[in-house]
Amino acid sequence: MFGYYLDLALRSLKRSRGLTALMVLSIGLGVASCMTTLAVFRAASGDPIPWKSSRLFVPQMGIWQESARNADGEPLDALTYTDAMALMRDHRAARQSAIYAIAPAVFPARSGQHPSTVGGYAVYGEFFRMLDVPFLYGQGWTSQEDAAAAPVVVLSRALNLKAFGGIDSVGRMLDVSGHDYRVVGVTDDWNPQPVFYDVFGSGGFTPEGPGLFMPFTRAIAAKLSNGRTACDKEPTQPGFAGLKQSDCVWITFVAQLDSAAAARAYRRYLDDYAGEQRRAGRFGGKPNNRLRDLPAFLDAEHVVPGDTKVMLLVALGLLVVCLVNTVGLLLAKFLRRSAEIGVRRALGAPRGAIHAQFLTEAGVIGLAGGTLGLGLTWLGMIEIRLVLPPRLAALAQLDGSLLLATMATAVLCTVLAGLYPSFRAARVQPAWQLKSS
Amino acid sequence: MTLHPILVALRRHKAGVVLIALQIALTLAIVCNAVFIIGQRVERIGRPTGLHEKDLFMVEQTWVGAPSGDDPASIEKLDALQRADLATLRRLPGVVSVAAANTLPLTNNSWGGGVSLKPNQQNATTRSVFYFGDEQLLPTLGLKLIAGRAFNAGDIVHQGFRDTRTPPIVIVSKPLADSLFPHGDALGKTVYFDGSRATTIIGIVARLQSSSTSSWSSGFDYNSAIEPVRLDAYFSRYVVRTRPGREQAVMAAARDALYAANPMRVISDDPGDDNGIRSFAQIRDQAYRADKGMAILMGVICLILLGVTAAGIVGLTSFWVGQRHRQIGVRRALGARKIDILHYFQIENGLIAGAGVLLGVLLALGLNQWLMSHYEMTRMPLPYLLTGVLAMLALGQAAVFVPARRASNVPPVVATRSV
Repeated sequence: MFGYYLDLALRSLKRSRGLTALMVLSIGLGVASCMTTLAVFRAASGDPIPWKSSRLFVPQMGIWQESARNADGEPLDALTYTDAMALMRDHRAARQSAIYAIAPAVFPARSGQHPSTVGGYAVYGEFFRMLDVPFLYGQGWTSQEDAAAAPVVVLSRALNLKAFGGIDSVGRMLDVSGHDYRVVGVTDDWNPQPVFYDVFGSGGFTPEGPGLFMPFTRAIAAKLSNGRTACDKEPTQPGFAGLKQSDCVWITFVAQLDSAAAARAYRRYLDDYAGEQRRAGRFGGKPNNRLRDLPAFLDAEHVVPGDTKVMLLVALGLLVVCLVNTVGLLLAKFLRRSAEIGVRRALGAPRGAIHAQFLTEAGVIGLAGGTLGLGLTWLGMIEIRLVLPPRLAALAQLDGSLLLATMATAVLCTVLAGLYPSFRAARVQPAWQLKSS
Repeated sequence: MTLHPILVALRRHKAGVVLIALQIALTLAIVCNAVFIIGQRVERIGRPTGLHEKDLFMVEQTWVGAPSGDDPASIEKLDALQRADLATLRRLPGVVSVAAANTLPLTNNSWGGGVSLKPNQQNATTRSVFYFGDEQLLPTLGLKLIAGRAFNAGDIVHQGFRDTRTPPIVIVSKPLADSLFPHGDALGKTVYFDGSRATTIIGIVARLQSSSTSSWSSGFDYNSAIEPVRLDAYFSRYVVRTRPGREQAVMAAARDALYAANPMRVISDDPGDDNGIRSFAQIRDQAYRADKGMAILMGVICLILLGVTAAGIVGLTSFWVGQRHRQIGVRRALGARKIDILHYFQIENGLIAGAGVLLGVLLALGLNQWLMSHYEMTRMPLPYLLTGVLAMLALGQAAVFVPARRASNVPPVVATRSV
């Protein structure tokens, strides 16, 4: 029976080519615009570490006077050096790391090349295990090396390729900012997006992953400059020493808390710590602490650019209009064949059969629209690179799930759009149609 | 022609009428808001910086193995390095002038803070971005001084970039001067940066846009202060003005000249946004790429929407014309002229589109309201809505014309056939 309906559908579609093309085009365009913007949105709002994000927490403390705070009442998304060090010292989480962005100059092993700056992070040794950073060779450094501010580095696969030609470089020396550092590990490609461990500095997305990591303590000892700094009042002393003592924030922090009880305990600890600092006169304003897990933190930070949401919304609107359009056209198309329906009904076809016939026809249009939509989505993914900032556009990928979603959306939407017209078609009175023709 | 027969006929096609009206309403709502977004972005992109942007480029470089800049001796060393670079750039053929600067408009590297009228004021009077540069900065950028005087070489000090001192004199942009001193008497007045750093306004430039294009500086987009300071840091930035048409040639020569003078540095050769040497045209392009992209995307979606809606009207009206073939013949046989039939369909479409537009206006306002509450969006001005309404009505009339003319061409003889 399905084969027969399919045959009927194809015949009918062939009969009115213009109308069919119009419907296919409208479904294709609607679905493609939706899928293209959805790909961008999905990439921007994805969970960067889904298997662990609910156990990773970001402590935040409001430390400035009310007048210097954000209008939305959110505390800062970074810590001062003093507070970050206090949290590291007390070490109340299973794993934790203070983090700051560095961009030291790395000297090429071969002479004759200019040195280049390599973006990376100063972190604690626990960082790698906490965030499941994949290693090609070696591993992170030990807590002893943290304590000793040891001159060790972990390189990215890309930097290892550039500096050492991609060999197992563990134990080799690398000149970073004019000092020798011993390579202890090489990570595999690792660049989770959004950059959840440094939303403060990165703003959420970076096209390239970190090139190197070194011990936090070492970077501080070497006075390696940080990226972004936010201050309420200027530091009272100049230089790096002044920055360390100031109430400027520039250090991000991630803590791993494995249970709800641990999170509660940590929250209590954070409140106690902030209360103590407030009594000592270091913190101003009302208590304003947060301890959110990663998904909640990223949401509160508004990491997903507003533009991508508006784009998705407008594209969804376009799809709705395309669907309304298809409903209208299908209605016209189906009712035009009232005479044919009348004959079929008079010959004994039940209403269900008419339903099935027209829904099959809608499905065929959906399939055709979906196929066109696939092509247009592919085009859209190329075009979106021209209109989006590269750091976002690079994230949007055309993968299997998106292809499947395109096809499924097209067929599902068209069949949905065909429901009312086929319902109307099935209610055609056979007697009337036979009489008048 | 009275409306009554049209309304009666419409009642027999409720579903089709509702669908067209709904489609017109949704299209109007989305297109109005999308065009409004486009308008906002175009306006944003077109904002002047206050700079003479042609023949201007910026060099960004990082020292390698340079002193930390924490103590006076190392600051002197950094400053000597910087002065050597300025001299190197000045010697290049085709260069008109060179200045040291901490940042430029649209680069999104910002120094900023509160500006107050009294020391240690609880809430700052206004906020501003801070530019630091030498006496060459004003002429190199091509800023227009409208009051007071520019810096001369004797005014310029140099200090570490984490130094908190403020020099005794400052030049401000007119919008900053106006928001501090609304009566226009800013010249010679003392103001306080970040609560406590006192300084006196000695000059006012007509316009200098903020270095930030992000939402952080919205509300004080043109509040800028220029301090006569050469900042000494692990990096430095230089602005170079070239003779007309020599920009590309000088940009190419600058990299080699700087490396030749001192190889212990990094000038990024990233092919994209992070290149160490960028013309101001590139800087502008990068700063507004997202806005341009958003505008283009909205434009494309609008075109698709209008096309789909017009095609939908053509399709459904064609169906109705086919359905009423015989009735049209009867009317023609009873004396209706071609023009009457044409008008019939035009009025019918006008009625449906009118209803759709009414609903669409409500939807457009609702969508605008929703966008305002969730995203950075302002209230849509009425002209956008009115233009949208007129455009939708015109679109309906244009779309209905072809099927309506076909209807008017139905010969009266149809009435006598096949009854």
